[in-house]
Amino acid sequence: MMLEMENVTASYGKTPILRDVNLHVDEGEIVGVMGKNGVGKTTLLKTVIGLLQADAGTIRFEGEDLTDAGHGRVDRFRNTVASRFRGSTVGDKVAERLVPDGGAGTTADKRARRGMGYIPQGRDVFPKLTVEQNLRLGEGVNEDSDDDLYDLVYDYFPILEERKTQKAGTMSGGQQQMLAIGRALVGNPDLLLLDEPSEGIQPSIVEQIGEDVLRMNEELDLTVLFVEQNLDLVQTMADRCYALDKGTVVDELGSDELEDREAVAEYLAV
Amino acid sequence: MVSTTAPAFVDIFSLVNLLLQFLDSFAFLVLAAVGLVVIFGMMGIINLAHGEFILVGAYATTLVAVAGAPFVVAVIIGTLVTAVFGILLERSILKYFYERPLDSMVATWAISIMMIQGTRIYFGNSITQASTPFGSISYGPYSYSAYRVSLAFVSLAVLAGIYLVFTRTEFGLKARATIQDADTARAMGVNTERIYVLTFGFGSALAGLTGALYAPTLSMSPEFGQNFLIEAFVAVVVGGASVVMGTSLAGILLGAISAFFSNVYSTFWGRIALLAAAIIAIRLMPYGITGVIEDFRDRRAAGMSVKEALRIPAIGVFLGFGGGKND
Repeated sequence: MMLEMENVTASYGKTPILRDVNLHVDEGEIVGVMGKNGVGKTTLLKTVIGLLQADAGTIRFEGEDLTDAGHGRVDRFRNTVASRFRGSTVGDKVAERLVPDGGAGTTADKRARRGMGYIPQGRDVFPKLTVEQNLRLGEGVNEDSDDDLYDLVYDYFPILEERKTQKAGTMSGGQQQMLAIGRALVGNPDLLLLDEPSEGIQPSIVEQIGEDVLRMNEELDLTVLFVEQNLDLVQTMADRCYALDKGTVVDELGSDELEDREAVAEYLAV
Repeated sequence: MVSTTAPAFVDIFSLVNLLLQFLDSFAFLVLAAVGLVVIFGMMGIINLAHGEFILVGAYATTLVAVAGAPFVVAVIIGTLVTAVFGILLERSILKYFYERPLDSMVATWAISIMMIQGTRIYFGNSITQASTPFGSISYGPYSYSAYRVSLAFVSLAVLAGIYLVFTRTEFGLKARATIQDADTARAMGVNTERIYVLTFGFGSALAGLTGALYAPTLSMSPEFGQNFLIEAFVAVVVGGASVVMGTSLAGILLGAISAFFSNVYSTFWGRIALLAAAIIAIRLMPYGITGVIEDFRDRRAAGMSVKEALRIPAIGVFLGFGGGKND
């Protein structure tokens, strides 16, 4: 199993966002998580990559426990102490000192090097760096990555090769999305985490990106976990889909159920 | 010092004197500011203990040089000692103050006071100075310290070095990414904690180098670092957050102003002119020279012609909206 979340709870300070989330992604699958605005989709992916640490529960990546991975007694002790402190303004600060990011799990940079490629909501390319420099940063994730990966990225997204020396901030939303995906690809990830790829991008490009991801899944054996509220994209891309509401998984839809537009749309209705 | 009664650049010697004064001012401004601007521009910490980082470099260099080491070796040791000192301070105190400019000012001010007094208690009011290398250049009725003039070339080398570090190295790329968006950088596998430590160490090393280079030329007292503060902050205010471009342009502009007023009137008026220039610069360019240039680039990137891109910030300034960048 590629990724497994068991009873994962996560919060920003005192505000709980995710409650007892259970989901799993098998190798080679494209799994979607859909839900309305504010149900915790982005938080879910941040908790997977480690930009936010889970307060409780277990996240396993390729069999390795990330919420407690490689951590000794000292870290567990710090985690316990920190959780005692949480709950007041001062206590939260103390806890933050003890365990940055709110937990003693593996930090995001290590998870990225471990094989997770993360594409944040709104792309978050580095605007003042060139396209090529953005890609080079992605490469840092993988020690044995080589130039072939660049050719691969340029093969999927020829526009990136044309605009190599352009500042990323000056490109259109769709191009930035391609760059963010390319940046994750040069790190040669096992699992791609994709946060609302359709947001703020014109429909024709959304369609193209959906097809590109499908191609990567087939050609590169890339496993994908994405969150989305664009119905068409969920139907195009997902093998399976979870519905998220108020921070917890309320339903799971297999490929047959995904065909049923109305059943899917129900979870996306505002 | 030249006569204070009338502008005196009538002969070639005076012009040479003005040029050397400019080179001297330029070097002083750039070297005083670089460490400060790296730490401020890259990490958002306003380091009021900047002068005392320079002090560490100067004392370490002087102690090593007076003990008999060659001056170059002493400079290298002084720089490294300051880098280590900066890293220790970052790990123990300053890492809690990232992106908290006001708090960081109070904390670093406290560090500054403790260091000045600590130096006084431990070393007394002065220590023996290292001797100045090179001697002096004479021309007509004037002479100038050759060492101080040579620092102009050192300052250019330092700027070039910083440029190469931030644009051509793996560390530089990761540092720039971390500064633009630390979370995303971490998700790209960058160990941002380490980048912060190294950047702070680099900024500290630059401050230490400045102290090391000026150690033979200024009296060695616990207030040594205070000599640099006005120039350093004025250069940062005028230059803006871009390390190389902002600092070098500020050095040229302010160096020219300072040299002219010092030469024609007196050193006192040179400093007054520097501060006046800073006040005018804040009014016209809230984000410094860097802000104006970035604004211009943004406008060009948005498809404006050179003429249009130049005109709009100028009108904005004229109407009182300031000429800074918008984000």
